[in-house]
Amino acid sequence: MSTERHEIKMFTPTTIVLLIMMAVGAVSVFKRMTLGLGATTNLQDDFPWGFWIGFDVLGGVAMAAGGFVIASTVYLFNMKKYKPIARPAILTAFLGYVLAASGITLDIGQPFRIWHPIVMWQIQSIMFIVAIHVVLYTTVLGMESSPMFFERIGLKGVQRFVEKIMMPIALFGTLLSTLHQSSLGAVYLIVPDKLHPLWYSSLLPFSFLVSAVMMGLSMVSFESILSSKFFKHQANMGILSGLARGSIIAIGFYFVLKMFVLFKGPGLAAAFDGSMEAKMYLLEMGIGIIAPLLLLLVPTVRSNINSILLVNSLVIIGIVINRMNVALFGMLRHAKARGVEYFPTINEFMVTLFLVAVGLFLFKFACKYFNVLSYEEVKQ
Amino acid sequence: MATETKTTAPTTTLSAKKMEASFLVDTTKCIGCRGCQIACKQWNQNLTDKTTMGSTFTNPPKLNSKTYTNIAFYESEQNGDLSWNFARNGCFHCKKPACASVCPVEALVKTPEGPIIYREPRCIGCRYCMLACPFNVPKYEWEKVSPSIQKCNFCYDRLLAGMIPSCAKSCPTGTITFNDSIEKNLNEAKKRIAEHPGKYHNHIYGEKEAGGTSVLLLSAIPLDQIGHAKVSDQVLPDLTWKYISGIPAIIGVVLAAGIGSWVITRRNQNMDKEGDK
Repeated sequence: MSTERHEIKMFTPTTIVLLIMMAVGAVSVFKRMTLGLGATTNLQDDFPWGFWIGFDVLGGVAMAAGGFVIASTVYLFNMKKYKPIARPAILTAFLGYVLAASGITLDIGQPFRIWHPIVMWQIQSIMFIVAIHVVLYTTVLGMESSPMFFERIGLKGVQRFVEKIMMPIALFGTLLSTLHQSSLGAVYLIVPDKLHPLWYSSLLPFSFLVSAVMMGLSMVSFESILSSKFFKHQANMGILSGLARGSIIAIGFYFVLKMFVLFKGPGLAAAFDGSMEAKMYLLEMGIGIIAPLLLLLVPTVRSNINSILLVNSLVIIGIVINRMNVALFGMLRHAKARGVEYFPTINEFMVTLFLVAVGLFLFKFACKYFNVLSYEEVKQ
Repeated sequence: MATETKTTAPTTTLSAKKMEASFLVDTTKCIGCRGCQIACKQWNQNLTDKTTMGSTFTNPPKLNSKTYTNIAFYESEQNGDLSWNFARNGCFHCKKPACASVCPVEALVKTPEGPIIYREPRCIGCRYCMLACPFNVPKYEWEKVSPSIQKCNFCYDRLLAGMIPSCAKSCPTGTITFNDSIEKNLNEAKKRIAEHPGKYHNHIYGEKEAGGTSVLLLSAIPLDQIGHAKVSDQVLPDLTWKYISGIPAIIGVVLAAGIGSWVITRRNQNMDKEGDK
């Protein structure tokens, strides 16, 4: 069923492309560190948060939601069927959080003071809440991923011990994720006059949480299919169609929530007034919610691996657009009123490319040297 | 000015005298001399900008990391005549400041005397204060590799030394009136509107904006016509506090649901296993 990790080749064309992306991106990271934010980004006084916050941090953390979704499914709901995908899902989440944290470190003006919130508490600040959760949850994800490391270095006793206490670890991780995903939405509660009403709502935290669960299910399924294609092993259809059924519930619920926010807030007309914001809103709804929901309701779609892959891609892109809408497109109107435009520089894109390439490379590296994909087989 | 020496602002010691620093800025009295702008730069030792001639006399055109206050020039036609209106930009020192509430490291704090001051060594540069401020006041030193937030500090050091802020001190027309009570300035503003109803637009900007501010503005025309955005009366920190104060409840619900589902699903599985036997 699964691939032996020794069969994974390290030096393939994909790896070489990743290495080139990392080398090019590293130059941009170096530039940002030595020349400063003003010289390397288009961030400015009337647009202080840009592409890195929208994509690396908000998008990245949402993409890492697969970790807590699967950890709670396997360890809290005891659905052991999903155990084979727990390791890759949790590893992806761990790498995602490490990279999102790296993204924040590069985004803040004083990267060497990134540790300040840990000692200088300010419990009124959502940013403090977010910072503490990044630290704690990255630690939890490290612990959740540690058994394969202990297994590799031959510390069987430690491995068994960590696996035994996995339920409380997963419970703590689920708690931290719930708070972290929702607090990222809560970050924007303070800007009622700045964020466009299509996105601003007192339900932002809840909306971020629900969409994170939805994203998590799709990410896990997406990864399983891609890794089965890349590393040439058979995908488990039972797991995939189970995830697809879960997705229907999550997407359906999110759709109802989005409609509630729309009708309670700016009203249906705001989504069709032809403005840039309305177009971005329709794009987000169409790609991330309506198309995947309609597709998943067709039974043949749920049993075909390629159509599931398509649905997953739509959900992932749709939720990333949602995060970009909140952080960037929804804030542009306010900036424009103050005579300012924002579009990321090449350098901003390159830094993000660097982080993405490092993440993919580390995932491949882990698959080669640890039992990420072939866990069940090794056990048998 | 020259005889006064600059002292560094103490961050923890408080003045013994009870004070609630406040400005009443009556822009109808402003003649656009920009003395306040220069006095502010002098006292805070902020460098000048290299500027170019723009479409208006406002210079520099916006607040920036080196300009804590500026006078904006607006021309309008009234009764067929050219008329000047001036706006003074700067920190409003909100009673319930969004900037200080969002700061994760208490770099920005509201002092008991009213001024919101910045403690640079704490700042990590997340710029959440810039995003959160409804008046867009905090500015960043984008050009620097190791930048800081910059904003008006109400001349906190001068206040503690018993002097009024430098902009108010320099104003030759009484546009900027300092008072150690917001209440007194508010009453004065109401009195002026009542005594000269034709002269003033009937709105005290800062009385209710963002839940009330220490700086109150009076003007002849609506303030959005002189660059002051409409800001809702909402106390902004309350919006995020609603979420944060709900966290203990979220923790309780998630823990209960997590443990509950673990117990139930585990028992069901054990029962299934026994059933198989």
